[in-house]
Amino acid sequence: MSSHLWHAAVVATAMATPAICETAPKDVIYAEGAIETSLTGVAGNPEEGVRIMTTNALGNCVACHQIAALPDVEFPGNIAPALDGAGDRWTEAELRGIVSNAKMTFEGTFMPAFYKVDGFTRPGDGFTGKAATEPLLPVLNAQQIEDVVAFLVTLKE
Amino acid sequence: MPRYTKTKGILAATALSLALAGAVHADPAEDELVIEGEDGSVEIVTKTAPPAFLADTFDAIYSGWLFRDDTTRDLERDDFDNPAMVFVDRGIDKWNAAMGTGGESCASCHEGPESMAGLRAVLPRVDENTGKLMIMEDYINACVTDRMGLEKWGTTSADMKDMLSLISLQSRGLAMNVKIDGPAAHYWEQGKEIYYTRFGQLEMSCANCHEDNTGLMIRSDHLSQGQINGFPTYRLKDAGMVSAQQRFVGCVRDTRAETFKAGSDEFKALELYVASRGNGLSVEGVSVRH
Ligand code: HEC
Ligand code: HEC
Repeated sequence: MSSHLWHAAVVATAMATPAICETAPKDVIYAEGAIETSLTGVAGNPEEGVRIMTTNALGNCVACHQIAALPDVEFPGNIAPALDGAGDRWTEAELRGIVSNAKMTFEGTFMPAFYKVDGFTRPGDGFTGKAATEPLLPVLNAQQIEDVVAFLVTLKE
Repeated sequence: MPRYTKTKGILAATALSLALAGAVHADPAEDELVIEGEDGSVEIVTKTAPPAFLADTFDAIYSGWLFRDDTTRDLERDDFDNPAMVFVDRGIDKWNAAMGTGGESCASCHEGPESMAGLRAVLPRVDENTGKLMIMEDYINACVTDRMGLEKWGTTSADMKDMLSLISLQSRGLAMNVKIDGPAAHYWEQGKEIYYTRFGQLEMSCANCHEDNTGLMIRSDHLSQGQINGFPTYRLKDAGMVSAQQRFVGCVRDTRAETFKAGSDEFKALELYVASRGNGLSVEGVSVRH
């Protein structure tokens, strides 16, 4: 094997590895809306969680939620409850469930499902307005969900 | 027709983006709109009782004008400040241009644009002759192709939007009054179905934003009822005219969905339904939004 190919193989393995212990969106088990076990087995990074929650193209949670712990966010929306104290109101498992698919906790909620890949009407390819190409990716990947949850559990009053 | 300078509109737009930085809103503004135009002032109904089918949904229906900040609202009070008037002027030039294959202009069949007064307020409608649901773009294209022998204009082309601007202005101040019964009923039902369907990977319907959350902020955007009585509108963010069909494309795209095309049967039906939600509000002719 040429060194070049060898390198490619290592990269491929490295990329494939997380998938082995990762729970795919379709395999997630919800118990009354909650997801008991980590989607990746790797501890979430709360700082990365903040970045995801405040970045338009990622979670953009602040489009709807205000968070007193993040005073620098410009123009947070006020469509949804403020997230202050979410870590007191909900367990980690419940928060994982809410972020992955809030409709399992709040029936018919306006909050989008961030870890779901099927059951949509005319899913698009991101924000291009064109049809999605299969397989559809969730809005956030498994580790990003864990990062967001890692930040949410810190929101204690 | 007085000449409206473009520069004034652009200066105003710059002032606006500065003003926006400090703006926080909640409910629709308490304000009244009287537009100073070339032929005197026109009172605009921006708030009124809902049509019967929305009586249990809203206490009142509101123009999107009431959800914009002071600076943007002011731009619509006087045609001299309204950047959309540049496009109305372009529409007049086109109206009078001998562009048909036989040398015809719009004016050679219809005389002045004021012959179109009233049309904006009743469209979309089912055309008596063809039995089809027609938006204003369809009527314009019927003339452009069948009567003038030209290539069809794109639904959202500059030619089309200039003409929409000119013709809509002729109905300024008249109450929106689209028919929803008789032959329109099944198109209206189809539009209603689309309005309440949660599209895309974010699973959001028009109603989720413009009915359930009117008056609230989605990030820095103040959600209005999504009315189209003001359309076409000059959108400061795009520095150009936006038609209702184009706005629908934008809103559906924002749900991470595959949109319908501007001018598609689906969006024509949706335009009828959305227009009917604003029955009673005044046509603004050409409005300003951001
Ligand atoms: C489009 C609006 C919207 C977005 C975007 C959104 N949410 Fe929500 N969220 C809601 C609504 C509405 C509720 C209230 C649930 C209900 O009653 O429907 C909610 C509820 C919640 C709750 C429970 C609230 C509590 O404290 O009781 C949490 C936690 C939460 N969201 C986290 C998030 C996170 C994290 C993100 C981004 C990754 C996010 N949300 C994005 C609308 C949204
Ligand atoms: C995710 C939220 C969201 C959804 C879903 C949505 N819109 Fe909007 N829409 C907006 C925002 C934000 C604006 C700009 C602020 C405003 O006027 O409400 C807007 C503006 C509009 C306007 C312009 C109103 C004016 O006076 O300038 C119309 C018309 C409109 N939407 C119609 C629709 C229709 C029809 C649908 C469904 C096909 C839809 N919207 C779905 C968020 C949304």
